[in-house]
Amino acid sequence: MKWLRNYIDKIKPTFEEGGKLWFLKSTFEAFETFLFTPNKTTQRGAHIRDYVDLKRTMFIVIIALIPSLLFGMFNVGYQYYKAQGISASYLQMFYFGFLKVLPIIIVTYITGLGIEFFFAQIRKHEVNEGFLVTGLLIPLIMPVNVPLWIVAVATAFAVIFGKEVYGGTGMNVFNPALLARAFVFFAYPKVISGDFPWIYNLQNIKVVDGFSGATPLANAAAHQIEKIPDNLTLFIGLIPGSIGETSKIAILLGAFILLFTGVASWRTMISVFVGGIFMSLILNLIGINPYMTISPLTQILMGGFMFGAVFMATDPVTSAQTNTGKYIYGFLIGVLAILIRVLNPAYPEGMMLAILFMNAFAPLIDYYIIQNNIRKRLARTKNATL
Amino acid sequence: MKNIENKDVYKIKKGLDIRIVGKAEKRFLGSYVNSPYVGIYPDDLVDFTPKMLLKEGDSVKIGSPIFFDKDRPLIKICSPVSGKIKEIRRGAKRKIETIVIENDFQNTHSEVRELKSEERETIINFLLETGLFAFIKQRPYNIIADYDKRPKAIFISAFDSAPLAPDVNYILEGTELYIQAAIDLLKKLTDVKIYVGLKFGEDSIFKKIKNIEIKYFEGPHPAGNVGIQIHHVDPINKGEIIWTIRPEDLVVIGKYLIDKKFDLRRKIALTGSQLTKKGYIETILGAQLSSIIELGDLVSDNNRFISGNVLTGRNVGYNGFLGFYDRMITVIPEGNYYEFFGWLKPGLKKYSPSKMFFSWLCKKKEYILDTNYHGSPRPFVVTGEYEKVLPMDIYPQQLLKAAITKNIPLMENLGIYEVVEEDLALCEYVCTSKIEVQQIIREALNMLRKENS
Repeated sequence: MKWLRNYIDKIKPTFEEGGKLWFLKSTFEAFETFLFTPNKTTQRGAHIRDYVDLKRTMFIVIIALIPSLLFGMFNVGYQYYKAQGISASYLQMFYFGFLKVLPIIIVTYITGLGIEFFFAQIRKHEVNEGFLVTGLLIPLIMPVNVPLWIVAVATAFAVIFGKEVYGGTGMNVFNPALLARAFVFFAYPKVISGDFPWIYNLQNIKVVDGFSGATPLANAAAHQIEKIPDNLTLFIGLIPGSIGETSKIAILLGAFILLFTGVASWRTMISVFVGGIFMSLILNLIGINPYMTISPLTQILMGGFMFGAVFMATDPVTSAQTNTGKYIYGFLIGVLAILIRVLNPAYPEGMMLAILFMNAFAPLIDYYIIQNNIRKRLARTKNATL
Repeated sequence: MKNIENKDVYKIKKGLDIRIVGKAEKRFLGSYVNSPYVGIYPDDLVDFTPKMLLKEGDSVKIGSPIFFDKDRPLIKICSPVSGKIKEIRRGAKRKIETIVIENDFQNTHSEVRELKSEERETIINFLLETGLFAFIKQRPYNIIADYDKRPKAIFISAFDSAPLAPDVNYILEGTELYIQAAIDLLKKLTDVKIYVGLKFGEDSIFKKIKNIEIKYFEGPHPAGNVGIQIHHVDPINKGEIIWTIRPEDLVVIGKYLIDKKFDLRRKIALTGSQLTKKGYIETILGAQLSSIIELGDLVSDNNRFISGNVLTGRNVGYNGFLGFYDRMITVIPEGNYYEFFGWLKPGLKKYSPSKMFFSWLCKKKEYILDTNYHGSPRPFVVTGEYEKVLPMDIYPQQLLKAAITKNIPLMENLGIYEVVEEDLALCEYVCTSKIEVQQIIREALNMLRKENS
């Protein structure tokens, strides 16, 4: 790759201060560091540094999302053909889904990265890697029928008002991907609720008798418990839903990658599940409507609960930052997600709201955890001077 | 080990032993290394503004004062060798960066002072005038101790857990007498408890020393850092002072008391993957690396010469000098290369304490690590990684943010007085966002010291 390196070194001065293309310095740097890890050496402090950088970390998250993405593509095709009762090969199904999902991904990345590059440039920062993950998360939590312009608007909203106004990567309060989905949910409610969004072009195709396209959450919200698929079907994920959320096998694979590499916090992840199961059990005990009687296992297998627990709640920037805080933060997400979904049928997907809500409270949780540490230290000082 | 009580053993769980190639073998590479030039970096003395007592060309004897601290003029730094001041190197704003002394190999000593009585004042003056006081350091700040304040305790760490660190027991062989003399003097001076941190399960010369209280530590680096040991045994509260001193420096004090000589000769380790021969040598404080390195036989060019360890040492270069408080020299390869898709590769050969590279598949025990950043600086994103390597009841990321925003009350509340930069050096090593943790902490400590004075 020497020729490429030589070429980059040759054009580099054009992008330095005073060069003709200086206004594209951040963009150039982003591509240069994408291709080549920089040759910068340590000048102060520790002489050696871990190989891990933000690029690697984000890359691992992308890898962890791949199973959900691939299964999501397949499921889009599967649902489409199933709705019409057409038999198709697995490859056809996947190819169909691939063609439908790919534009959403492309639109998200172009919109989001465009804005990120723009902000990096005016701030004279390097472009941060955060959006590489956000840009894949957004398509995975969208219904396949979402119009592309809405994806673009939602992405732009999330990146500008969810992230850049706070100062960019690492400074945001809310998870940008979830903000994009919340934006769609509140600004274009028809696009993301009801039975139509989840299967490609469902409004216009001839559907076989008995096929509804309703998600398990919609069934549950309508108290049609008998229509909810059995746990195994929910687990495998050949059901209607947001593109990446349906297959729990794929999500667990991602969870394994995130936990094994240490990228995501097991404290947060496990606590979300504990919170969800805890709340489901309490509702089971109350049991005054059919939704409350759904078993904890079904509850966590339905909707975006697992996807949120694995990929959203564990976002280090918007979650609680202290280790103890992570237990509380995760637990409350689990509790709230189930609570919202069961008690407020207007919001079938409680997970999204629960995580955004707890994003807002994460700093408060940390505040109390840290105050506790401070109190201990002050008490020690007081005892010492007595 | 049957006499050790449980309450004296501290099990350190957090931390990290970096698997880096280049530990020194327990052997001496040749005889005493006589360095033709000796250098002192005033920056080693931490937040210290040197004022010269001598000019370039002036002759010095062993033990004659060369410079003092502007803020505390009684603290003097004395010459390790006899000869003349060769050069006073200055940097930006005429800051003195290095003082180089040409060694005449005559070993003429300046007049030896006697300790006339055992009163506190007399001892303090004795230590100040002989330049021995420069070896007594204090927490907070890690500066040379304030001579007019009495510490609440003295801590000595008698093992080094840093990457490739030498075996302190090996360095100290045969020095009991000196150590005991120094301990007795410190005891008379302060009349406080003197704690010595030992590695659990290892024998040590300190087991024969009286007047001390031994604590045992078990676990990975930074268990050997005196700051970590203080935190676990008797943490520093705001307003309190603890003195620390390294065992080698006890020997220096002891030699002055017993042999009546200001003797800064010492044993150090020569380590690092870029040396064919790794081992111990005997030389003098401030010795020039170029006179030592030949004994180790460099593997190749393009090297980083570090006085100290890879986490906290100083980049001194081939012609640099052994630091004031350093017990090792490390030579590792420079990392000034580009790597095509470096972040994408499986990384079978890339050692990482995380499992983000496939090196966890390899059973290789130790890796050659270079000075490449392996990334570029970013804002704080990842959480929880610092906590894994800091065995203290302190929130490192929050403390750093308080330091960056210069929020003094918050820093104090979060325990800034309990740390110095070396305690958080591993945080810097593991940092995904490549944040200069040690520099941030040092600047905060210097600022606090100014505010509190």
